[in-house]
Amino acid sequence: MDVFNAIVQTLDSTIRLSVPLLLACLAGLYSERAGIFDIGLEGKMLVGAFAGAAAASVFHSAFLGLGMAILISVAFAMIHGFASITHRGNQIVSGVAINFIAAGSTIILGQAWFQQGGRTPALQPGERFEAITWPGAGAIHDVPILGPIYSELISGHSILVYLAFLMVPFTWWVLFRTRFGLRLRAVGENPAAVDTAGISVAWLRYRALICTGVLTGIAGAYLSMVQNGGFVKDMTAGKGYIALAALIFAKWKPVNAMFACLLFGFLDALSIRLQGSPLPIIGKVPVQFMQALPYILTVILLAGFIGKAIPPRAGGVPYVKER
Amino acid sequence: MSTPYAKLPAWADYGLIPVINLFVAFVVAGFVVLLVGENPFRAAVILVEGAFGKGTGIAFTLFYATTFIFTGLSVAVAAHCGLFNIGTEGQAYIAGLGIAVVCLSFDSVLPWWLTFPLAIVASAVVGALWGLIPAYLQAKRGSHIVITTIMFNFIAASIMVYLLVGPLKPAASQAPQTRNFFAGAELPKLNWIIELFGAKIRSAPLNISFLLALIMAFLVWLLIWRTKLGYEMRTYGHSPKAARYAGISETRIIITAMMISGALAGMMALNPVMGDQHNVAIDFVSGAGFVGIAVALMGRLHPIGIVLAAILFGMLYQGGAELAFEMPAISRDMIVIIQGLVILFAGALEHMFRPYIQALFASFSPRSVGMEAVKGKGA
Repeated sequence: MDVFNAIVQTLDSTIRLSVPLLLACLAGLYSERAGIFDIGLEGKMLVGAFAGAAAASVFHSAFLGLGMAILISVAFAMIHGFASITHRGNQIVSGVAINFIAAGSTIILGQAWFQQGGRTPALQPGERFEAITWPGAGAIHDVPILGPIYSELISGHSILVYLAFLMVPFTWWVLFRTRFGLRLRAVGENPAAVDTAGISVAWLRYRALICTGVLTGIAGAYLSMVQNGGFVKDMTAGKGYIALAALIFAKWKPVNAMFACLLFGFLDALSIRLQGSPLPIIGKVPVQFMQALPYILTVILLAGFIGKAIPPRAGGVPYVKER
Repeated sequence: MSTPYAKLPAWADYGLIPVINLFVAFVVAGFVVLLVGENPFRAAVILVEGAFGKGTGIAFTLFYATTFIFTGLSVAVAAHCGLFNIGTEGQAYIAGLGIAVVCLSFDSVLPWWLTFPLAIVASAVVGALWGLIPAYLQAKRGSHIVITTIMFNFIAASIMVYLLVGPLKPAASQAPQTRNFFAGAELPKLNWIIELFGAKIRSAPLNISFLLALIMAFLVWLLIWRTKLGYEMRTYGHSPKAARYAGISETRIIITAMMISGALAGMMALNPVMGDQHNVAIDFVSGAGFVGIAVALMGRLHPIGIVLAAILFGMLYQGGAELAFEMPAISRDMIVIIQGLVILFAGALEHMFRPYIQALFASFSPRSVGMEAVKGKGA
C-alpha cells in the first residue's frame, strides 16, 4: 500500500508540475503553427506571473489577477508580433529580447512597488485560486485504489489545472476543426497561398500570437497564484524552454503536447521525490541528471533517433508580400 | 539575410542607424527609470561617472568588456555563417571545466605564463566541442541549431552543478566551487596601463586576457574578411543555396563556424576564472553569453563594432553597480532591461527607422540612396 500511495503522490505532483508546461506548450503551439518561432514563452510567462500576483494582491481578487496576467502577457506577445510580423525582424532575436525585458522589469518594478526584494506580497485566501474538492472526495477517500485516485489525483486541484487540461481538446478542435485553425496551419506552412486566397497573413499571425499571449498569461498566473502564493523573481526558471522542448517532442500536435508535458512533469516530480535516495538496480541517480533529462531527450529526438520532428515549413521566416 | 531595402551610405548604415537604435533603447529604459520614480538624467550621470569617473571604474569597465568581447565575437562568427548560436552561455560555462582541469593540475608546478597558454587551449577546445555537437546535428540531421544550443545550455549547467557540488569541490568546503588556484594560475593584472595615465587604482580585476580579447577581435576580422574560409562562411550565411552551388561543403562550413564560435565562447571563461575569482564557481558566466547576443547585434557583427559595444556594456555593468548603490530603487537588474531593449531595437527592430532615414536622405540628396548597382561590403 505504501508503494501505491507513493505512486499516487508522485502522479499528483506530476499533474501540478506539468500544468504550467502544458499551458506554455499549447501557447507555443499556436504561434509556431502560424509560422512564428517563439522562444519568448519564458518571458511572457514571467510577466504573466508578476502581473497576476501584483494585481491580485492590490485588488484582492484572484480573477482580476488572472485578467491582468493575460493582458500583460498578450501585450508582450504583441511586441513580438510588432517586431517579427510588422517589421519582419528576426523572430529568435525578438524572443530573446522579450525574455530579458521580462526578467529585468519584473524585478525592478516588483522592488519599486512592493519593496520586498523583487517579491510581491504573499497572497491571502481569496486572492489566489483555491483547490476545488469534488463531490464525494472525502467519503470515497478510504476506498482502496479508487479512493486515493479520485480524491488525490482527480479532485483537489485549482480551476486552472482543469482549464489547462481542457485546453488540449479545445486546441485540437480549434486547429483541426475550425476555419481559423485551418488558415492558421496554412499560414505556417505556406503563407503565400493564404495571401493569394485573400486572407491577411499579418492579421492571422497576430491573432495566433494573441492566443499565445492568453495561454502564457494563464501559465504565469498558475505559477504565482496557485503553485506559489506570490511572485518570486525568475520563478519561471527555464519552464518556458522546457515547454519549447515539449512542443518539439510533441511534433507540434496538441494531444502529444499533453503527453510530452506530463512526461517532463513526471521527470521533475520524480527527481524531487528521489532526491538522494537510491533506485533499485541503477543505484543513486544525480538530481542534476534527472533535471537535464528533458533537454537530453529533446536533443535525441531532434537528432532523429526517436521518430522525426518536422517543424511547420514557414516557421521563422518573415512573410514578404512582394519584392 | 537579404535586405529588401534601398542602400544607404555606409556611414549611415554602420554608424547612424545603430546610434539611433541605441538611443531609442535608452529612451525607453529612461521611461522605466521614471516609472520607478527616479530621475533618468541623474541616473545616466551616475552611470557614466561610475564607469569612467575614476581609474578603478575604468579598470572594472574594461574587465567586464573583456568578457563581452569574447562572447560577442562568438555570436558574430556564427551569425556570419547564418547560424544563431544562442549557446554561448553554455559553451563558456562548460569551458570552465577545461580551465579547472588545467589550473588544478599545474598551478603549483608551472608559472602563469605556461599555465595560461595551456588554459587557453583547454578552454577553446572544450568550448569548441560543446559547439560541435549542435553543429553536427544541424548539418547532418537537420535539427534546428537554436533549439539544440538552448538545450545544451541547460545540459552544460546541469553537468557543471553536478561537478561543482560533487567531485570538483574540496571535501572540507561547503561552497559549490573548486579550491582556490595558486599563483601559477593567476593572470597578471593590467591596471598599471591605466595608472600610466595618472589614475589611481585600488583593486580591479582587469587582466591580461583583455589583450587576448583584442587579439581575438583582430583574428576574427582576419578570418571573416581576409581568408577563404571566412568568405565561404559569409557566402553560406548569405545564401546556403549559392554556397552549395559553389561547391562549398555545408557540413564542413557549419561545423567549422560553430567550433570557432564555441572556442571564442570558451575563452571568455579565462577572464573571470583565472583573472578574477581564481576558482571555478557555480554560475560564473552569469548571463555574459546572452550579453554577447546584444553586443554582436549592436556591433553589427564587425569586430570593431563589437569591441565598442562590449565597452558600452562593460560601462553599463560597472556603472550599474554604482547606480544600485546611489539609487536603492534601481538594482543591477536595470541592465538586464537595457540589454533586452538593445537586443529588441538593434536586433529585431533594426529596420524600423530605416524607411524614415532613407526618405530623409533622399530628400537631401537623391543620389545617396540612388540606383547604384555596386553593393557595399557584406552586411
